[in-house]
Amino acid sequence: MSYASSFYFTLPEVILSLSGLALLMVAAFAGKASARIVTILSVAALFGAGIFTAHLLSDPAFALGGDAFSGVYRMDAFGSYAKILIYLATIGILMVTQRYFDSTGEYRPEYPVLMIFGAVGMGMMVSAVDLMTLYLGLELSSLSSYVLASYARSDGRSAEAGLKYFVLGALASGILLYGMSLVYGFTGATDYLSILAAMSDGLSGGMLFGLVFVLAGLAFKISAVPFHMWTPDVYEGAPTPVTAFFATAPKVAAIALLMRVALDPFGAQVDAWRQIVIFSALASIVVGALGAIGQANLKRLLAYSSINNVGFILIGLAAGTQAGAGAMLVYLAFYVAMTLGSFVAVLMLRDGEGRQVETLADIAGLSRSHKGLALCLAVMMFSLAGIPPLMGFWGKFVVFRAAVDADLILLAAVGIAASVIGAFYYLKIVKVMYFDEPAGVVAGKGDAASWVVLALTTLFVSPLGFLLTIWLGNWTNRAAAALFFAA
Amino acid sequence: MIQTLAFYLFAVLVIASAVMVITARNPVHSVLWLILAFFNGAGLMVLVGAEFIAMLLVIVYVGAVAVLFLFVVMMLDIDFAELRAGFVKNFPLGIAVALVLLAELVLGIGAYQAGALQLGEPSGVGAPRMGESNIESIGALLYGKYLFLFETAGIILLVAMVGAIVLTHRPPKTQRGHQNISKQNQRRPQDATVMKQPPVGQGVEL
Repeated sequence: MSYASSFYFTLPEVILSLSGLALLMVAAFAGKASARIVTILSVAALFGAGIFTAHLLSDPAFALGGDAFSGVYRMDAFGSYAKILIYLATIGILMVTQRYFDSTGEYRPEYPVLMIFGAVGMGMMVSAVDLMTLYLGLELSSLSSYVLASYARSDGRSAEAGLKYFVLGALASGILLYGMSLVYGFTGATDYLSILAAMSDGLSGGMLFGLVFVLAGLAFKISAVPFHMWTPDVYEGAPTPVTAFFATAPKVAAIALLMRVALDPFGAQVDAWRQIVIFSALASIVVGALGAIGQANLKRLLAYSSINNVGFILIGLAAGTQAGAGAMLVYLAFYVAMTLGSFVAVLMLRDGEGRQVETLADIAGLSRSHKGLALCLAVMMFSLAGIPPLMGFWGKFVVFRAAVDADLILLAAVGIAASVIGAFYYLKIVKVMYFDEPAGVVAGKGDAASWVVLALTTLFVSPLGFLLTIWLGNWTNRAAAALFFAA
Repeated sequence: MIQTLAFYLFAVLVIASAVMVITARNPVHSVLWLILAFFNGAGLMVLVGAEFIAMLLVIVYVGAVAVLFLFVVMMLDIDFAELRAGFVKNFPLGIAVALVLLAELVLGIGAYQAGALQLGEPSGVGAPRMGESNIESIGALLYGKYLFLFETAGIILLVAMVGAIVLTHRPPKTQRGHQNISKQNQRRPQDATVMKQPPVGQGVEL
């Protein structure tokens, strides 16, 4: 190991950490007035880190990836792909945030700084090849998330969301850490390769306990059933841009982390965790679909929608193959675009006095007053429901194909059946927007930044997104192959 | 032999005092049991030859617990007169705990003199380098292999601190009950009062 190459491989995290520290100083000395410039600089830093990650991803010299700091961190196509998704999602959210806090005047420069540190933690999560790196990255991103959840101090719901998230998140971290300590105790190592080697000889009872605890802790972080109870409450209470953040970037990071943990260190024991993942996938799909039906609040509804989507993504993991991992990465890209777009559309709904509107009844007849917004939201909903010409269908299709190829036909069949239930409430939103009597609550126009994010995500999930699938397929194949490189 | 004896004594006491921490009704007692648990944990560390960790445990944790103790005393409404009332009754227990600590001290030193307890064959990164002290080994790992993680831990602490400040700090202008004396002195009767002569049968119009 040389320090030069180590720092080169971890440069995205180093760039972001240093910018975070510098911007924190700006925030401390220039105060609240600097919020706008700090946001712009944060977006620039994330963009820079993203460009560098893309360079690591595309440069043939790094095609095989490389270990940094004697094997606690691994730079490879998988980590780089997930990191680009995370950075893009964070940039999108930073672009639409300021308008939301305008009405309460609570926007402060610490907000983008916390997001940057969260992005550092998420980058570490997806690149971790050591349980310690995994845990530190997870805690860094979780701690920033707890603070962001209760960021709107004048709103009691926001404080409640932050506290709930913190208490339950701490419990999940404890479960995860306990599992990791068992794995360490019974395999004698914290790095993935040694754990893989130790587990290849067979799974002792202690290792099995550790594996189950680790999976349970991670299932909490990706809000898979049966560890999903916090999701609707936290998503409803947190400020909407923060909710959009929770549903995109940390979820990508946690799912990527789960993929690497399941397929690298526990890769020799696929049969041990497959039934857990299958149960969790099916339960998430069903609970997400049924739970969303009665919801009147759009944010709560989208929370159940994200639980539902996590279920579909886990089907790819249950396959346990390289094709399954690739399918998960494809689905993740579309999931991020759809979720981000839906939340940005919800963010742009405000009444005449600039207050946020977030119930289903308020958007009745939206198509009459706001044609563009209603169209974009309808495209998102159709895509989330998996209606064919849109890219949400493509994501579901590749995941189900991977499951069928891995002889999990029953799982795929139940998943497809449950996705029909899910389609009900997505289509209900479209129906309310297009065919109900106008409620006339929503007024005013969205700002330019929100429109840019909404238009880009809509184009990505529209049939035009097929033009990008060549690159996307290429990247996800390489990323999935990087995951199976060690095995 | 003496190591095994000391190990079981320390281990039993760690568990017993940990149980007492959660079962004690009085928070002050809980804190005292916690200190006992840390001391015994430190004893276990001495036994396996990790003196530095043992010292850290005593200095950092017991020190921190002393501060925590102060917080508990400040925040909870505890009647100290009532606490002292049971002094004579609890005297034997106190003496017993003190004797146990004394015995541990003697045993611990004796066991340490007899050499570290061999729990297993150290291997991999866990093995101490020959001829190096604890501190050197830890330093070499912490600032070498685990440099990246060490720095990240620093950032996590920074985020925790920023978060605490972001969520609780309020700008000074929102403080209530702030008295502006010059403004009060500048105020004249004619600014503050009005003379009215309401006609009979009608109310005052302000």
